[in-house]
Amino acid sequence: MLELRNITKRFGAVLANDKVNIVVKPGTIHAIVGENGAGKSTAMRIAYGFYKADEGEILVDGKVHDIGTPHDAIAVGIGMVHQHFMLVDTMTVAENIVLGAEPGSGIALDFAKADVEIRRLSEEFKLAVNPHAVIEHLSVGQQQRVELLKALYRHARLLILDEPTAVLTPQEVEEFFSILRRMREQGKTVVIITHKLTEVLAISDEVTVMRDGRVVGRLQTKATNAAELARLMVGREVLLRVEKTPAKTGNAELSVRNLSVTDRGGANSVKDVSFEVRKGEILGIAGVEGNGQTELMEALAGLLSPSQLSGEIRVEDRDITREGARLRRELGIAHIPEDRHRRGLLLEFDLAENSILGVHYRHPIVAYAGTFLDNGAIRRRAVEIIEGFDVRPANPDLPARALSGGNQQKLIIGREFKVDPKLLLVSQPTRGVDIGAIEFIHRKLVGLRDSGCAVLLVSAELEEVTSLSDRLLIIHEGRIVGEVDPRVATIAEIGLLMTRGH
Amino acid sequence: MSLFRELIFPLIAVVAAFFVGGILILVIGDNPLQAYGLLFGSAFSWPVGIGYTLFYATPLIFTGLAVLVAFRCGLLNIGAEGQLYIGAFATAWVGITFAGLSPWLLIPMCFIAAILGGGMWGAIPGVLKARFGSHEVINTIMLNFIAVALLSYFTQYHYKSPGDPIMQTVPIGEGAHIARLGGFIPGLPEFIPLNLAFVLALICCGLVYIFLWRTKWGYELRATGTNPSAAEYGGISVRKQIIVAMTISGALAGMVGINEVLGYRYRYYDGFSDNYGFTGIAVALLGRNHPVGVIISALLFAILQRGGIPVDAFTEHVTKDIVQVLQGTIILFVAAEAFFRGPFAKFGLLKRSKV
Repeated sequence: MLELRNITKRFGAVLANDKVNIVVKPGTIHAIVGENGAGKSTAMRIAYGFYKADEGEILVDGKVHDIGTPHDAIAVGIGMVHQHFMLVDTMTVAENIVLGAEPGSGIALDFAKADVEIRRLSEEFKLAVNPHAVIEHLSVGQQQRVELLKALYRHARLLILDEPTAVLTPQEVEEFFSILRRMREQGKTVVIITHKLTEVLAISDEVTVMRDGRVVGRLQTKATNAAELARLMVGREVLLRVEKTPAKTGNAELSVRNLSVTDRGGANSVKDVSFEVRKGEILGIAGVEGNGQTELMEALAGLLSPSQLSGEIRVEDRDITREGARLRRELGIAHIPEDRHRRGLLLEFDLAENSILGVHYRHPIVAYAGTFLDNGAIRRRAVEIIEGFDVRPANPDLPARALSGGNQQKLIIGREFKVDPKLLLVSQPTRGVDIGAIEFIHRKLVGLRDSGCAVLLVSAELEEVTSLSDRLLIIHEGRIVGEVDPRVATIAEIGLLMTRGH
Repeated sequence: MSLFRELIFPLIAVVAAFFVGGILILVIGDNPLQAYGLLFGSAFSWPVGIGYTLFYATPLIFTGLAVLVAFRCGLLNIGAEGQLYIGAFATAWVGITFAGLSPWLLIPMCFIAAILGGGMWGAIPGVLKARFGSHEVINTIMLNFIAVALLSYFTQYHYKSPGDPIMQTVPIGEGAHIARLGGFIPGLPEFIPLNLAFVLALICCGLVYIFLWRTKWGYELRATGTNPSAAEYGGISVRKQIIVAMTISGALAGMVGINEVLGYRYRYYDGFSDNYGFTGIAVALLGRNHPVGVIISALLFAILQRGGIPVDAFTEHVTKDIVQVLQGTIILFVAAEAFFRGPFAKFGLLKRSKV
């Protein structure tokens, strides 16, 4: 169906694709896997006409095509759904689908005709969406279906999906996979770009593995396994399972009693939550995103106004419910926030300046009359974090913006570990992070717990939260609805609690 | 490399503005080279031209710094105009009320009055924003009107010498006068009002730099300006930073009064400011919100202001309004930087985009 032959693409000095050969057979689901920066998105964007290859050719149905723009790609039956949806929020589903391919002649729009076509497509592929719903009222999963319909409406025979599951909940992923299987049955071809190995194994027929701009493996999914794929992606053996010894727990470091959080809108996002985190254990909180995890962590970190909180938050014996973020930090609470761009980093500041956020007003960062910053001390701290957490490129003068997501995350983690916390609040520690770095971050978290720190972990990755946690709470609509033993609980059991609440 | 990048766009803006101005002069019917020759020739003539250029630059350095400090905290201070008026009146009031004191006491008191007056006027919108979330742009604009009206009232009904047709207060005490630089620099006549306030302005540039980039307070202020959510996460009180930044900003604007009242007119003159507060926004913008940039761009605007007079006098058609055209065009070009950056940005973005 689609073949990339010897594609080479440079961005300045960076070789993004180096003689890439990919063959996608018709009627299959083909996965392209690799770490961030491996060149998988670049290769597919070239196929879709977003970029022009410096060398090499693109074959569709065995014939060489010059695909210079997405328009050319659509003309030969290639459609692409991007990681970030390209939909107009205030328009209806139908309007979004026909946008740029309006039916009817001249200035008159023949919406009736479009309607019939959209209904036929959603029937055929079981993509249930109301054509007259406005995009902003739809869930992320539904918006994704609109994107798929958009491509199908343009008669795409081959669909390229860039990290399609990144935004979906575990239940939505299952649904999404059945849609993909239905497409395959109807004779469509699907290319799925991802770095999640479980998904590759669950859905694809064939896999192409990329690393550093080159194709390093072409495999039949049936004949491979997660360990082999991970080794090909990273270029060395990777431990997929977190290794840890049983927790040696001490007294409660954090105790939360009857905590409720009121949003600015007046609704309760966290409802009457009580739990304890003991020294030397990792307490996990699993739940579908948007069920109060964000607000719970912000409440614990002191980032909400005391007027929004009711109940009690205690660290050791001290009631900190009404204290601000600064005092909580001084008591030994460190926080790895879920949104590193919004909360965790000063993107315009350099790494050195980012490495002192939160301790910037204290010894040893401030020397000379308690006022002036000690540049030598700042640099030493930054270099220690960069070396200790393998932040690349290792240049404290670079702005944080210049780093990849994984390296930004390592910088934040390094900074928060550096204060020797007694309690670590950590949300989504490995979101958007490469496999190699995930392994590293997991080992660091377990190491911190072994040194006696209390860790509260929130993650949308079920696998992560079950393998890291010593105890696991399930949150649903702001309430703790259950506790399970992560060593024995099954994913299905946890998933049920996450969605139904009991 | 980064210094080059910082400099190149303001430079392009200035050159482009002079180019556009040149075309305009040509259309009006004069020789652009002759007009620009007059402009720069007079601004750089020794001693009168240079003396006046530096004198004109003084208030612009203060207001440029004022806008810069607020901007680094993510705030747009449109109120430097009102703040400088309040500062000037406050320093004049002290100079009048305590006229008999010795200079050693009176001058520091006058300085403090200018700083506190402007600082207080700047703090008001800061507090309003921190406390109620009302937008500082609206409040600073409103406070400009209030300041001007209030001070006209005080000048007219309380501090004018009886029968004086000019809207100005009685003179301040001799002890409050600060020295003109003509007294120290050989060849510079003392009638040129360039005074110690210019030196103070340069010192303030240094202090602002040290404050913003070398102290923990400056770190907190800049962190708030670039990402308030992250600042909050780092234990920084965003509300406090807003109030601090607006107070410092107002205090810097208020120091214009030192130049105007203590070094030049020796009294408060109603409506003295030639839009220094608003030009300060352009100065900070062109100076890339850096103290050194502020000095350079304040000098440029002062050159235009000084050089406009001979252009008016010695050309046939061009009036000194050409200066305003140039200023306006510079601001337009600086503001349109994104457009200039277009082709460069595209290249840079491609290089950085995720592969």
